[in-house]
Amino acid sequence: MTLWLFVLQRVSALFLAPLVIGHIGVVIYAAREGLTAAEILARTQGSPGWAIFYGLFAVAVAVHAPIGLRNVIREATPWDGRGLDLAMALLFVVLLGLGARAVVAVVAP
Amino acid sequence: MTRPHRNHAGYAAVVAHRVSGVLLALFLPAHFLVLGLALEDAAALDGFLRWTEDPLVKLAEWGLVIVLSAHLAAGLRLLVIELVPWRGTRHGLIGLGAGASLLVGALFLWSAFRA
Repeated sequence: MTLWLFVLQRVSALFLAPLVIGHIGVVIYAAREGLTAAEILARTQGSPGWAIFYGLFAVAVAVHAPIGLRNVIREATPWDGRGLDLAMALLFVVLLGLGARAVVAVVAP
Repeated sequence: MTRPHRNHAGYAAVVAHRVSGVLLALFLPAHFLVLGLALEDAAALDGFLRWTEDPLVKLAEWGLVIVLSAHLAAGLRLLVIELVPWRGTRHGLIGLGAGASLLVGALFLWSAFRA
């Protein structure tokens, strides 16, 4: 399993790198002149492009974050074993669910 | 003579990667929940966004942008170490990554505080 987690972490990172660069660009662009819901939604609502972009982002981050946290927790605390694995799997489900909900919230027409 | 490992720039990069990763993992659920406010209606999201106009909140957002940039930079370093047939060390590039993160933060501040 550890090998698969290692591979998934790197694969998700390869997806996240360009997505994060794009997201930082959007954040800097959007931060000028204040941020309103109308401005955000005008960009994203009904847009297949943003749906794909942030949909991929949500999936990749849901995979990447729990695997990374699992490593940090195992190395920095006594917590290890099945309990930690289950907690991180739960975190994956939570992040995937919240992330998908957030994407739908901003791209649904 | 070997230097203590903590004196190596690579150690700072690894610590920055881990600390930034944990901070981002803590931030993410809140970020998703806020965006989900748009499901109620735009006014709900606007209510929250008005709070983010506070300069202290902008400062926190600046911190988040730097944290995300630093995590990306340190992560790219790891991907290069593991996947790219790079000859020699990546000396100096750690400093470049740190500098780039701060530059991105500065760009965000400039954008956010333009009136």
